[in-house]
Formats: sequence, C-alpha cells, structure tokens
Amino acid sequence: MGKTLYQKVWEAHTVGTLPDGRTQLFIATHYVHEVTSPQAFAMLRESGLPVLHPERTFATVDHIIPTDDQREPFTDERAQKMISALRSNCREAGIRLFDLPSGQQGIVHMIGPELGISQPGMTIVCGDSHTATHGAMGAVAMGIGSTQVRDVLATQTLALSPLKVRQVRVEGRLRPGVTAKDVALHIIGKLGAQGGLGYAYEFAGSVVERMDMDGRLTLCNLAIEGAARCGYVNPDETTFAYLKGRPYAPQGADWDAAVARWKSFASDADAVYDDIIHIEADDIEPTVTWGTSPDMSVGISATLPEPSQAGNDEQKRSWQAAYEYMKFTPGEPLKGKKVDVVFIGSCTNGRLQDFRAVAPLLKGRHVAEGVRALAVPGSQMTARMCEDEGIADIFREAGFEWRLPGCSMCLAMNPDKLVGDQLCASTSNRNFKGRQGSPTGRTLLMSPLVAVATAITGRISDPREVFPDTQL
Amino acid sequence: MPAILHPITQITGKAVPVPGANMDTDRIIPARFLKCVTFDELAGKMFYDERFNADGTSKQHPIDAPRHSGATIIIGGENFGCGSSREHAPQAIKRSGIQAVVAESFAEIFFGNSSGIGLPCVCVNAADLAVINAKLAAQPKTEWTLDLQTMQLSDGATSYPIHMPAEPREAFLSGRWDAVTELMSAAARVEELARTLPAPACNSSSPC
Repeated sequence: MGKTLYQKVWEAHTVGTLPDGRTQLFIATHYVHEVTSPQAFAMLRESGLPVLHPERTFATVDHIIPTDDQREPFTDERAQKMISALRSNCREAGIRLFDLPSGQQGIVHMIGPELGISQPGMTIVCGDSHTATHGAMGAVAMGIGSTQVRDVLATQTLALSPLKVRQVRVEGRLRPGVTAKDVALHIIGKLGAQGGLGYAYEFAGSVVERMDMDGRLTLCNLAIEGAARCGYVNPDETTFAYLKGRPYAPQGADWDAAVARWKSFASDADAVYDDIIHIEADDIEPTVTWGTSPDMSVGISATLPEPSQAGNDEQKRSWQAAYEYMKFTPGEPLKGKKVDVVFIGSCTNGRLQDFRAVAPLLKGRHVAEGVRALAVPGSQMTARMCEDEGIADIFREAGFEWRLPGCSMCLAMNPDKLVGDQLCASTSNRNFKGRQGSPTGRTLLMSPLVAVATAITGRISDPREVFPDTQL
Repeated sequence: MPAILHPITQITGKAVPVPGANMDTDRIIPARFLKCVTFDELAGKMFYDERFNADGTSKQHPIDAPRHSGATIIIGGENFGCGSSREHAPQAIKRSGIQAVVAESFAEIFFGNSSGIGLPCVCVNAADLAVINAKLAAQPKTEWTLDLQTMQLSDGATSYPIHMPAEPREAFLSGRWDAVTELMSAAARVEELARTLPAPACNSSSPC
C-alpha cells in the first residue's frame, strides 16, 4: 500500500512517541519573524535554554515594517522595539537574519522559496499560519504559536499529532482570467472555511500539475483559510526547475542526489487518502469574496446570495451579520461596486508572476480617480526583478503607489491601514472584520487580475470585460 | 530544566457566550495589540473590537455584562480560533481570566497553542451546544463544571459529553501540556536526525 508525501515526510522526521501519545517531530527548517518570536526567545532566556540548532532557523522582518520610508528609527516606537528585539535575539543565538539592508528581506513566505531554503521533503514551521505556503515546494509546512516557536528553538522538535490527508484534485483547463487565487477561493467556498479541519491538503490534478510555482504557492498559502493547517503539492520537474540555481539550493553532484531524494517523497501512485475531492476547472470563475469569512465568495458575474439559501441556521446568521458589516444587500451584484482602495501584495499574491501577469494590462492605462492603489512586492528580490523588468515603472505610471516589501495592508501592523469603512479590493488572504487596520474596514479578496481591472475602473470589475482584446 | 507538572483536570465557574461560526483570531485579538514583545499587555484585551466601538463605548457584549462577570469558561461556535496563528489570542483569553473554551470545533493551530499554555479547548456537539447556550441565556449565573477525567460539562443538574483528542487530554491530566521538558529528553535521536536530514545551507558565491 502506497504512502502520501505527508506520511513519508512525517515518518522521516519522527523522533519518537511522547508519553501522552503525540509524535515528537523533527523540524528541518524554521522561520521566525518579529511578531511571534520575541516571546519565545524570552521564554528561552527565562529557562536558561540555548537555541539548539541555530543553523536551521532563518529570520526576516516583515509584519511591522513601513513600506514607504524605512529609515530608522521608525516613527512607530513599538515597531522599532520589535525589529530591535529580533536583531538582538538573532545575533545572540547565531541565527541568519535577512534584515532590511540584506537585499533579501521580505515576507517570510516569499523569501523561503525564493532563496531556495524551503525544499521538498522537509518539515517547515513558522509562527505564522500562512506557513502552509511552503508546502508548494513539496514540504510539510505549518503555522505554529510562540510557545511552539520556543519548543523548536530549544529542541528542534515539536509535539504534534498527524493530520488526515485529503487530496484535492483540480482537473481540466482553467478558463481565461481564472488564476490560482480563484481556484483557492473556489475550493474554500465549496468546502467552507471550516471544511479542512483535521486535514492536510494535497493539491493535485492536471490544473495543479500545469501550474507554475508562484501559482502553487498561492494555492497552498490559502489552504489555511479553508482550515487545512497544511497544503502541499508533490514535487515535480516544475519544482526542481524553480529551485535550481537558487542561493540555498544544492549544487553540482549534490543537486542530482537531492533531486533523487526529493522525488522519493512524492506521494505513491497507490497512496491511500482519507478523502478525495474533485474540482472541475471549468466551474471556476474569477472569484471575489463579499463577506467576512474567506468562504463567503461568488463568481464575479453572480449576484450576492440570499440568506435563505444558506445551508443551515448558523450559516444564515453568519451571512446576515456579514451583510450588516459589509453594508451589502442580498441579491445585488458585486460587480460595479465602487472601491476606495486597491491593494496588490501579501504572501498570497505579492510574487513576481503576480506582477508580471498584470503589468502588460496596466500599460497605458490609469488608476481611476479617487482610488488609492498600492502595489507592494513581497520581497526585495521580487522588487528588484520588477524594477529590472520595467514592471515597477508601469505600476507607477498607472498611478499605483509602488512600495517597499512587507506584509503591509494585509494585516495593517504597519502604517498601511484602511480608514473608517473604506472598501478595499485586496489580493491578500483574509477578509475578517477589521483585518486591514480599521475596525470597520471592508475587504474583498480577489486575484491580482480582478484587482487591476477594479483599480482602472474604480469599481469591482471583470477582467474579461475590462481587457476584452487581451489574451488573459 | 526541572519537570514541573501541572495537571489540569477540572474547571469550575460561570460561562460566557461568544457565539458564531469562524470566530477568527483577528477578532479575538486585533493585530494592533500584537505590537509588543511580551504577552503581558494582553490581559483584558480579548475580543476588544467585538466589545468596544472605536470611541471606546461599549457594544454591550456578554463578556462585559454583569451577569457574566468573573466567567471562567467561554462557550463558542464552530471553527473557533480560525485564521492567524497568533498565540496572542489564547494568551489574551487566558490572561483575561478564562480557564477553558467549549465550542463545536476548533481551528488546529489555536487548539495547539491553547493546549501548550494550559488552556483546555473541548468540543460539544451542535445539539448540546444549543441547549447549553439556551441555559446560559436563561440562567447566566449558573456554575458549570468541566471535567477532563469524566469528559463531562455539567451545570449540576445535567451533564453534557465533551470531546478532546486522547493525546492532549492525557497531556492535561498528567500535567505535561507544556511539552518542552519531554521534547528535551530524546537528545541523541534528535542529533541523529540533525546529522542525517539535510539542513538548508548557502551555496551561492555571493553572501546569503
């Protein structure tokens, strides 16, 4: 009987079984950032424990940094204190920090794959739920809390119970204008925000096999929004081609050995899954959320659902509360709604391919009057490539604020915040109440393609209509 | 590091409802409260924007109602604690005087974070949850007993079965919910894996 990648990686990293029955799992790669690690370092100091394997932990600063002016000290004293704490913690422990002047700083889930640190067959954790992103490399990657960050720093292991594995097969061909983001939002909408509880998701099928790495990273990034703590894609030639030549990727003879090893972790053809879900690519439209949970979404041409269509009373109440918060009415179209802000960026859609895909559409066009449009590349490496390829200038000329890398308005821990009940067309990952920095701010999640169409018209727009003569 | 065990078997006290599916950790503790290097400032801040308007006036959330004052148990809905992995969420709950959370289901990361800091999260089925919430509305000052030994939540008159996976339950009962001591005891095997499992290393000619 065959095994899944999840099972193989789990077994390869098992230290043993703890007295309470949980597995002690070895962690191959650990990332830390400034928000969830200082507490862990403090706990270590209190207990007098050293960092056991500093060479397996990598640090960056992403959540709190300003994206306009990064000269220090930052205006926000608390933000300055957090970056200073990260620096001293990393220095004392001997942890590699990709700091602002490094040229390699960025959102932790961007730089791990970009630098080639996240590799197939690894267990990867970080004090951040979107660590699921790294599963796109063919790894078992998941978010943890600060006490667990301490556990990893002190022991390079965690106490965990294995998840079940659900294969999510996306078959067929995506229609024009449909991207990895739409696939993810469609899956979450279909299975529910709680649908993945207890599961790791193996994304498979012809659509995923053809998807480039940046698309796979987007897909796995959003696994957690459907409650799956891990999402992964089996490593294949696309994975290896992406990794080859990256700074932390093996080289020379080591490369061939690594590829052979990586291949061995892919799920066996006769692997047994706890569940299999089939998704038809043809059913997926450019998808936009309308509510306060990522599963409240519709195809861009659809009207907003009536609460009477809800699956149960609980969902009906959630929808009613969401309508009240969003100030929307059931039955009305989402398309045509006037937006105040457009945000393109985050660990979900702040990658090179995201900007490459939409730059040609922006060329010669301009952001609509009265719309504030932010483009925030997810990493310094991506920002440099966008400058080199002329993408950054296209965004600037189109009226976008082209900003410095960071998490920015995804969670607004830096100065990039919505004001009042502004409506934001956002390529980020969460439409929770207050998520983008204003307790009454409103977020619509969408792909970069829908976001640029919306930026140009100032209203929620279908890219297939805004760019009719373009090969989307 | 000495192995100090803190068994958690029973929690008693009043309960407070925090209803609704998908109660995300941004709502449990908004991101602006994460601008700190310790968890010390989180006491009293749980569900802040659910409880207060921007001008500081009360939204009359049950947490702030006198009838629920001093509650030690939260009664939540489905997928409680979803979203961000911020341990600030269970820390804010625990530091605000809550000792256990009862809900229909929990997000994995929240559940793990809560277990690791000694905050038991137990599930009840949807039908029982509705009955419990009705009782809570009718008799908010009821004293509840949550027992991890018998796996029952009781109001003295009626008991409702509660659920938690066997491993974390054992960790609570044995007092080993803070796993770090256990994790340090298999050092030889950990080092063997550290030697055999590749660590990411910079192979570039330029510094990385």
